[in-house]
Amino acid sequence: MVQARKLSAPRRRAGRTGAGRRYVPRWRVLAVFLLPALLLYSVFIVYPLVSALDYSFFEWRGIRQTGFAGLGNYRDLLSIYPYDQQVWRAFAHNALFFGGTMLIQNTVGLLFALLLFRYGRGKRFLQAAFTTPYLVDPLVIGYLWSLLLNPTFGPVNALLEGLGLDSWALPWLGDTRTALPVVILVNAWQWVGFPMLLFSAALAGIPAEYHEAARVDGATAWQAFRRVTLPLLTPAIGVVSVLTFIGNFNAFGLVYAMAGSTGSPAGSTDVLGLLFYRVAFLEGGVEAIGRSSALAVLMFVFIFGVSLLATSYFRRRERKLV
Amino acid sequence: MTAGRRAPGRAAVHLLLWGYAVVALLPLVIMLFNSLRPTSEIFTAPLSLPTSPTLRSYGQVWTEASFSTYLLNSLTVTCGAVLLGTAVSALAAYPLARHDFFGNRVLGAYFLAGLMLPIRLGLVPIFYLMDSMGLIDSLLGLTLLYAASGVPFCVFVLSAFYRSLPGELDEAARLDGAGEFRIFGQIMLPLVRPALASVMLFQFVPVWHEFLYPLVLLRSDEKFTIPRGLAQFFGEYTTDWSALFAGLVLATAPLFVLFVLATKQIIAGLTAGMSK
Repeated sequence: MVQARKLSAPRRRAGRTGAGRRYVPRWRVLAVFLLPALLLYSVFIVYPLVSALDYSFFEWRGIRQTGFAGLGNYRDLLSIYPYDQQVWRAFAHNALFFGGTMLIQNTVGLLFALLLFRYGRGKRFLQAAFTTPYLVDPLVIGYLWSLLLNPTFGPVNALLEGLGLDSWALPWLGDTRTALPVVILVNAWQWVGFPMLLFSAALAGIPAEYHEAARVDGATAWQAFRRVTLPLLTPAIGVVSVLTFIGNFNAFGLVYAMAGSTGSPAGSTDVLGLLFYRVAFLEGGVEAIGRSSALAVLMFVFIFGVSLLATSYFRRRERKLV
Repeated sequence: MTAGRRAPGRAAVHLLLWGYAVVALLPLVIMLFNSLRPTSEIFTAPLSLPTSPTLRSYGQVWTEASFSTYLLNSLTVTCGAVLLGTAVSALAAYPLARHDFFGNRVLGAYFLAGLMLPIRLGLVPIFYLMDSMGLIDSLLGLTLLYAASGVPFCVFVLSAFYRSLPGELDEAARLDGAGEFRIFGQIMLPLVRPALASVMLFQFVPVWHEFLYPLVLLRSDEKFTIPRGLAQFFGEYTTDWSALFAGLVLATAPLFVLFVLATKQIIAGLTAGMSK
């Protein structure tokens, strides 16, 4: 190992002269360049995240540490009422939120990307129209839809009644059975332009010869899609999945605007983001800091871990393609 | 593609695409139209056009609900954070990309990790950190926090740009006796200007939309940013729908204006990066 490194070092250095990397400035000069960013990033991003981990292992009375707790906060979070129920319920809602959004936005986004691929006049306008909602703040989207879906004065139910669908004019956000699906639909409505744009770009990058070869070999349109197009979209699907996952498990503004901080009605739309906010700042009591930090660490490990696993999975799939 | 040749299939494609365009845009159009008519009209005829458009609700929201203050606060915090974040990142990315000093790789990876960290989970320690620095209910505190959260992305993009510049540039300047700061300011910075512009735009949107931090860190109405103010406003004006819609439009308009103005700049910045 050591020997190999010694041997390769001069060669590496020689190879780098072209990029001007050989030059080593003085430390004082380096510090001026690096310190401002390093300080800002370490103090406001890294230190709080590390502290959250540290906080989660201590017992707290208000803002005073009263002793080492080990995994006590984690145990409380998963076994003491009401957290034992709320944590899993919020987690399940996030999972549904992610699954539902993925299913809807990716199918619809892929369908639109395919239909728009060879579409003539109006293509630009349609692409812009589909992506417009995602320029709007999720909080604004949430408040807007809470007005549109209002059971008494909302235009959505007025429209349904106008179409003779009176039995469909329901209190969409007031019913525990429909509230979460509606929030998911609104989220997918906002984001559908994002997979559409990525899939469009990926489709444009597939050489036309591939499709011709498939046709010459007598493949049907479906077979060509299934065997040629879809596998070549794997990198785009990977990017969309990971970003949607991170976005959905961090969801806050949209749900807060549509369902308040408790995920009403009756917690049927409660997600981890809301729960974390409530435990930390609204109803955590004297143990708020320890318990909310434990929850933050659990969420962190899950989100970061799954993102890493998913990223490496999609990388491997990509490599198989080449 | 085969469907394109059959007339009924083609009609279905048109119908589907243009039909969905209506679904995508109609809610935003309703938002705009309802902000232009009085609440009584919205309640009696939820689906009709404004019969006599009026800007009265905007006036009300702008002054009574102090959206003018929210807008000013949002602009201050967002512009300050984007400028500060980009400036420190532009400085840091230069040696990371072009100098071969001890610890370069480790430091690069340290900054890069921020791209994947769910930053907002540090909220509780951030609250007490801000409290200890006297930065609760302070626009400066938010600005610093937002600037820091933009650093990983900026460093990542800008180092890629610095790396793409030919090595002879700074070598020649160094031989001519120019110092590192001169090389940075007069050679490097002008060359990565397109990247600076797009990096700033990409930071702008999430910072402009951020809601959780202001919800926790701001206390008084005169410090609220637009999203925080909007939440306050929706709690207070629950029955004045015309004003609520006007508030939503006012919260959305600045970003739309920015995007219309900056679309060319965004594309220029992205393609400049790709062609090198």
